[in-house]
Amino acid sequence: MNSIGEECTDLKKKYDDCFNSWFSERFLKGDHDDSVCSSIFKVYQDCVKNAMKQQNIDFKEIDKDVLGTDNEFKVPPTENS
Amino acid sequence: MARYFENTTTFNFSWDQVACGYWKRYPNPQRFFNAKSVKIIEESIVDPKEKVLVTYTRNLGYTKVMSVVERVEYRSVGGQTIAHRSAWIDSQVFGFSRAIRAFGVDRFRKNCTQMVNGFNHVLHAMFPRASGAGGGGVGGGAPVREALREMRDAAAAATDRAKHNVLSSVNTT
Repeated sequence: MNSIGEECTDLKKKYDDCFNSWFSERFLKGDHDDSVCSSIFKVYQDCVKNAMKQQNIDFKEIDKDVLGTDNEFKVPPTENS
Repeated sequence: MARYFENTTTFNFSWDQVACGYWKRYPNPQRFFNAKSVKIIEESIVDPKEKVLVTYTRNLGYTKVMSVVERVEYRSVGGQTIAHRSAWIDSQVFGFSRAIRAFGVDRFRKNCTQMVNGFNHVLHAMFPRASGAGGGGVGGGAPVREALREMRDAAAAATDRAKHNVLSSVNTT
């Protein structure tokens, strides 16, 4: 999958690789130290942010956390469960 | 008032496998991305101890026309993974909101099958020995988020953000 910024796709691939091995080999095994990919993440994120600016993507909407907050939509009540 | 839709599907893969495969679910034969259209954002929380993965996806922009919010919870049950998907579809186009909501729900429902098939395809490729006889799972499970095909086109942004969120959540753990 390519990045939303064409120029970030290479960085994305590098980060994806790092992330995926960190996720399966460390994180899922209880190792929460995420420093392994932090430097590539930073570079990649800067690239994506630039691409987002160019595409006029609303940062406010992106930075807003919803999951795990009161703003998260709730499942409507039903008879069962 | 948003229309609500939900379903539950089973993946014949362990939760760990589903969680690992989740980040690699695109591209797949059922879902590839081309046209630039509506962007979506995804947040996710991974709890490796309880084995729960929750994803929450919404579209950015055009939300007055149609907003789709999808929440999927993947839980470990036995050796399998159960995905419970909820979706809220709304529209505020005066005079058409009802029709658009109905269209959105219908579209979403149809897309669910594709999402599940696509994710299963990726899982089978990643873990070929697993669930050999299981086929595509019991009706599918679900990977993802989203709703309108168009709204998924820009999932790259969502994936980017999801990963960021995973990292953030790790920091606060």
